[in-house]
Amino acid sequence: MASDARRRGNWYRRRRLLVGWGFVSPFLAVFALVFLAPIAYALYLSLFRDRLVGGNSFVGLDNYRQAMADPHFWSALGRVSLFLAVQVPVMLALALLAALALDSGRLHGAGFFRIAIFLPYAVPAVVATLMWGFMYGSRFGLVGNLDDALGISLPDPLSPELVLASIGNIVTWEFVGYNMLIIYSALRVVPASLYEAAELDGAGPVRVVTAIKLPAVRGALVVATVFSVIGSFQLFNEPAILQSLAPNAITTYFTPNTYAYSLSFSGRQHNYSAAVAIVMGLVTIVIAYLVQLRGLRTEGSR
Amino acid sequence: MNAAALSGASGRRRRPVDAEPARLRRSRRPYSRSRPRRSPLLTAVTGLGLVYTLVPLAWLVINATKSQQGLFDSFGLWFADDVVLVDNIRDTLGYDDGIFLRWLLNTLLYVVLGAGGATALAVLGGYGLAMFDFPGRRAVLAVVLGAVAVPGTALAVPTFLMFSRIGLTNTPWAVIVPSLVSPFGLYLMWIFAGDAVPTELLEAARVDGVGEVRTFLRISLPLLAPGIVTVLLFTTVATWNNYFLPLIMLKNPDWYPLTLGLDAWNDQARTAGGEAVFNLVITASLLTILPLIAAFLLLQRFWQSGLAAGSVKE
Repeated sequence: MASDARRRGNWYRRRRLLVGWGFVSPFLAVFALVFLAPIAYALYLSLFRDRLVGGNSFVGLDNYRQAMADPHFWSALGRVSLFLAVQVPVMLALALLAALALDSGRLHGAGFFRIAIFLPYAVPAVVATLMWGFMYGSRFGLVGNLDDALGISLPDPLSPELVLASIGNIVTWEFVGYNMLIIYSALRVVPASLYEAAELDGAGPVRVVTAIKLPAVRGALVVATVFSVIGSFQLFNEPAILQSLAPNAITTYFTPNTYAYSLSFSGRQHNYSAAVAIVMGLVTIVIAYLVQLRGLRTEGSR
Repeated sequence: MNAAALSGASGRRRRPVDAEPARLRRSRRPYSRSRPRRSPLLTAVTGLGLVYTLVPLAWLVINATKSQQGLFDSFGLWFADDVVLVDNIRDTLGYDDGIFLRWLLNTLLYVVLGAGGATALAVLGGYGLAMFDFPGRRAVLAVVLGAVAVPGTALAVPTFLMFSRIGLTNTPWAVIVPSLVSPFGLYLMWIFAGDAVPTELLEAARVDGVGEVRTFLRISLPLLAPGIVTVLLFTTVATWNNYFLPLIMLKNPDWYPLTLGLDAWNDQARTAGGEAVFNLVITASLLTILPLIAAFLLLQRFWQSGLAAGSVKE
């Protein structure tokens, strides 16, 4: 009798195991095809080199060595690192300020603000870049308009010196509202009792922000930072599209991704391109991991 | 039993799903007895942010009403003498034998199959991970969440080479298949299912001898609705706005989505012998963003609560 029940219990557990895998396996099958297989294939490709003479041959880590000594690669990596160091803090600070303003309850028409600041997220990078690119332009853009109207000549946002900042502005415009919503969502679930306690203690609005709200959004900020780090290292769409409007300012090795792309599709150096992509993947993972670690450690030390 | 199970679940975990109670709770804060007064100053300062986000969109709307000549002759943030929006729309739709409509249909195809499929896989997978404690579950989560950090664009070149081996490049499948996986969607559904579907409810259904699939379809799916709308909306944005993947996968303009088509029209101006059609690029850009903006505005309630569910936990 008892063994019968146990057998039934085993059967039951096995069945639930199958059901669990049954729900997850369609996702995993496609995931393996479009995530794991390409990663494995890229690793494989990066160890070979296709030569005009001698054909495809195993070269070990030569492609990686080449990347480490490649000034174009370093120039691209330096550019996105600078982008990361400036654009991400600016964007997240703006997003944080907007989220705090929304949550303060002191805004007229807060609902409208929330949705309107978020709207650019729904605009494709292609449209955002073309739109800003036209506005930057001197022909029928706002910069040209201002030059004509005021009889001055503003610095050209599409010049080689300023184009990275101009791209930073486009990316900020696209994602500030999205990050604002992530931070705002974290503020919304702060328990009311905390605010009550703060009020009893006679804490002013500034103290409420520093003692309650900022600690409450730390987790959301870490998530937003990690996503922004990934986004910065992957920078491709905006420079690639802006290239047609600013051909002299944007090189083929403007970012690591545009470099990997042009190596692969213009230069037909698939193997070297795969190595560059893998190095960038590793750099991204390490930095994203460090951000997370640091974010969590500061949280723990409180 | 139902109510008990539900309240048990909300006791077990915060349920950020219901935005309504959250709002009520908030207005009952004693903090709000001395309710902060609305501040015109803060509104004005935040208004600067609003100007920043809305000026480019206003520029797009205004300039979609101008002819090519009007673009060059008039001030960017005001209308030209002749407003030719209707002509521009007609020209956009008719240009090059109506290729814009073809691109629109392609985009819809990629969204319906790509984003729709991605949502279905994410819902099934997230539900499976949240509700069934099977061996290997932790490993699955670790691998999928780790994959989020891998730059998607870094995968694109090897994916292209793989797909070209099996003859998938330059077909719609090359765009649809990679769109089917949304690690973020899976993550969101996993969190959401854990919060929205009480395990007690599933146990009760099992005791009654209801099959797992039937339980999923009849009981769980309705509870998951706000999460599903959120994931669907965000995968739709990702697919609708996708540029890099179709750029490398497609050579034939007949399979282009709107994003690639716009880029191609813009590029025409600098190709030798190409016709500059800036007014059409601008009008087509406007037409491209309208459906998504409308979707976000109409479905606000759903995705804002769904997004809240995903972001409060890391």
